[in-house]
Amino acid sequence: MATTLLLKHIAVPGIKSLDVYRNMGGYASVEKALRTLTPNQVTEEVKKSGLRGRGGAGFPTGMKWGFLAKPEGVPRYLVCNADESEPGTFKDRYLMEHIPHALIEGMITSSYALGARKSYIYIRGEYFYVSRILQHAIDEAYAAGWLGENILGSGFSHDCYVQVGAGAYICGEETALLESLEGKRGNPRIKPPFPAVAGLWGCPTVVNNVETIAAVCPIITMGGEAYSKIGIGKSTGTKLISASGHINKPGVYEIELGLPVEEFIFSDAYCGGIRNGRKLKAVVAGGSSVPILPAELILKTAQGEPRLMSYESLAEGGFQTGTMLGSGGFIVMDDQTSIVKNLLTFARFYHHESCGQCSPCREGTGWMEKLISKFLSGTAHESDVDLLWDIQSKIEGKTICPLGEAAAWPVAAAIRHFKSEFLELARNKSYVEINHYKRLQPVS
Amino acid sequence: MSAEVHGTQKFDATKRTQIVFSASAMALVQKLISNYPKGKEKSALIPVLHIAQAEFGGWLSPEVMDYVASVLQIKPVEVFEVASFYTMFHLKPVGKCVLEVCQTSSCWLNGAEDIVHYIEKKLGIKVGETTPDGMFTLKVAECLGSCGTAPMLQCGASYHENLTYTKVDQILEQYASEGRPRYYTDLDYTNTL
Ligand SMILES: Cc1cc2nc3c(=O)[nH]c(=O)nc-3n(C[C@H](O)[C@H](O)[C@H](O)COP(=O)(O)O)c2cc1C
Ligand code: SF4
Ligand code: FES
Repeated sequence: MATTLLLKHIAVPGIKSLDVYRNMGGYASVEKALRTLTPNQVTEEVKKSGLRGRGGAGFPTGMKWGFLAKPEGVPRYLVCNADESEPGTFKDRYLMEHIPHALIEGMITSSYALGARKSYIYIRGEYFYVSRILQHAIDEAYAAGWLGENILGSGFSHDCYVQVGAGAYICGEETALLESLEGKRGNPRIKPPFPAVAGLWGCPTVVNNVETIAAVCPIITMGGEAYSKIGIGKSTGTKLISASGHINKPGVYEIELGLPVEEFIFSDAYCGGIRNGRKLKAVVAGGSSVPILPAELILKTAQGEPRLMSYESLAEGGFQTGTMLGSGGFIVMDDQTSIVKNLLTFARFYHHESCGQCSPCREGTGWMEKLISKFLSGTAHESDVDLLWDIQSKIEGKTICPLGEAAAWPVAAAIRHFKSEFLELARNKSYVEINHYKRLQPVS
Repeated sequence: MSAEVHGTQKFDATKRTQIVFSASAMALVQKLISNYPKGKEKSALIPVLHIAQAEFGGWLSPEVMDYVASVLQIKPVEVFEVASFYTMFHLKPVGKCVLEVCQTSSCWLNGAEDIVHYIEKKLGIKVGETTPDGMFTLKVAECLGSCGTAPMLQCGASYHENLTYTKVDQILEQYASEGRPRYYTDLDYTNTL
């Protein structure tokens, strides 16, 4: 059976409550860290584990913690990024909703390592009810002495708070998140300074994804070395994958990194194959920002090697023939899907979510949306494909935050792998109607 | 963010004097403010705006924003700046129930457009409009983190997932009879366990 660490006890009745969570071995990482390890030793274990940020960029967590500035007399903060708005991603919600204490435990152990007296969980506003579940878990943790003054008599004190956002994808970008947490518009900051030096209210801050923080618990409990043996190569540990689209079994799956993509899509232990007996056409493997790949390139690399669910294997071949693990938002499309229409939903999303500070992003996302709609309204010319390519190529690297390129990459990949679909839409107007729509499944 | 935000609403001084949080809402506001260090009270602005929106008719009028500014001791323009940035805040009156249907990839792949058209037909309004009785406003939204249970819509603090036409019928009936959705402030989290 595959290794599960985060969702191991998901099926245990009452696992949401502190008592049951504790009975299943919960809060062991806090006990071990506060009783037997120094903060630096906790950070060392995280470094040894090889854990990489689960929010999208995959940056080594231990190294990020090592960058945290520690000036005397200045508070430091841990901020949990629970903004989860990357289309196709819903794993953080699943974890927080069903096992909220996994996050709270991780917040305490991680804050101990970082020397943070206070931490904040910034959760997207739409997840109102999840924020209440978290608040309840926090209240339970206070009542049992896992939060508050002098935890376990160790001298370490900690307070943890939840804050809701109000609907803005950009607040997932860490500096926009900090602005929002300070009660401002979610405009990303120009870096440097990085949050590790000047973050929340100008103080040194670490921002980590929900899943990253939850993964700290098994790492400390089992030891960084043991964790690093799970997974494959530099993709250590397990990863939560949000699977959606035209599959038989959509949902959140915890996989050991290195699982073959083919097994993930077709095995009954995971997605259970393509719905209604259809064929696989394409996959967006890591949330809307990552390049879409056609079936043949998602199942096998350009070299003909089986593609694996790992940071390295998914990226094999660069953007020419590869993609990225990203946030793990795995969207599967069957052979009747219009790639162009799907792309329009992404383009509309990025246009809507651009904060508007940089012209290449603010204007570029709008132009891309407009151009893509032309193909679907039957008013595009063949040359519009080149124009679209040109616009997307002028965004990357020219903006304050990576939203600009996150908007450009899906456009580039759709043209790279499915150019004929754009051309067909421009040439054959009757093709437009067929492609326009993805009908609801027969209604029950 | 969205283009429609810039308020055309005029400030009305007489209305302003009638706006005051209920005791329970005020207690929640004070609790939220205490989550932040001294001098950083402004950080509570977004959660407080959610409470204000739930308390004062589902949208943020200039008078409500002015009141929130006075509670947090910041300038009214700081409140407007924030209220106009985030999609969950409404700067114009909306129906009692705002139906937000996700239209992004995974939901589209599962028929979100059909759901939108079905609701349009059923309520006799287009996206962006409110029913004449002021009960429903129909909106489209971007990915709400429910992609594995697509198609979906959000109303107030509730998610409605794996939508079918029958389910939509039930939801509309339920709201029509209950008169309003559940808000943030209604959620007693102990019940969700
Ligand atoms: C536009 C944009 C949106 C993002 N959204 C999220 C998000 O919703 N959740 C998240 O954890 N990280 C998101 N990130 C990444 C964060 O900026 C940051 O890298 C991450 O929270 C770091 O945590 P990690 O190292 O644990 O992954 C986003 C980045 C960008 C540029
Ligand atoms: S790239 Fe886009 S979202 Fe990011 S700061 Fe610039 S305008 Fe805002
Ligand atoms: S795409 Fe609709 S909830 Fe994610």
